[in-house]
Amino acid sequence: MNINRRQALTLSAGAALFAVTGMSAGSARADAAAVDKAMMEITGGATPEEGKLTLNAPEIAENGNTVPIGVSVDSAMEGDDIVESITIFAEGNPEPSVITFNFTPMSGEATASTRMRLAKTQNVVALAKMKDGKTYMAKSEVKVTIGGCGG
Amino acid sequence: MAKVKPRVKVPKTASAGEVITIKTLISHKMESGQRKDSDGKAIPRQIINKFTAEFNGQPVFSADIHPAVSANPYLEFTAKVSESGKFTFTWVDDDGSVYTDEQEIAVS
Repeated sequence: MNINRRQALTLSAGAALFAVTGMSAGSARADAAAVDKAMMEITGGATPEEGKLTLNAPEIAENGNTVPIGVSVDSAMEGDDIVESITIFAEGNPEPSVITFNFTPMSGEATASTRMRLAKTQNVVALAKMKDGKTYMAKSEVKVTIGGCGG
Repeated sequence: MAKVKPRVKVPKTASAGEVITIKTLISHKMESGQRKDSDGKAIPRQIINKFTAEFNGQPVFSADIHPAVSANPYLEFTAKVSESGKFTFTWVDDDGSVYTDEQEIAVS
């Protein structure tokens, strides 16, 4: 096969482009789209409503290694008014999922808190799923001074 | 790794139907799998991936845990108690280890 100069240039440009896109796919970070995708798996495509779910996150976290975070849903936890689960997502972490809390009527209240890692300043999203299939979401931006994902 | 030690705080007594707050902490490094050692090799992930709380054998609360939860994972949640009994807490490690703790509560 004879390759003239112009063809050679096109080919190498294509190869370079491929290398760049290939690399960025390999080191993909979670982003808003990844969080949306993970949320779709829980909601089944329905758009979650705002309200009812409270997300307690600090406005500024000095240390991204341990950021206190709490969620609660205003629910009687009786009959059909039961919160099945609350999942927390982080848009700027290597993996979007953080934790899923699963509740039962014996939980008494749909309240839980933990401490999480945040790689950088980003949105933290909570998604609650009710027994009747309704979903609620809450979002909060946390400013991170020192990221918490190490090397 | 260092010995994994669970610490759990459950009230000793409660009145029937009361919603109590339970706090749990377990010493665990929660290696995320994202960090690299001094040679640039990725340190393999080792985290606690599941936590469950039961009261007299009935499920109360559980959590599916991902690497974004901090080292020495702390969990705070509630339970509604109607009778005296025993809480059983279980943590499951990536390597298959299971750590448990039990706490009694007297309900009047």
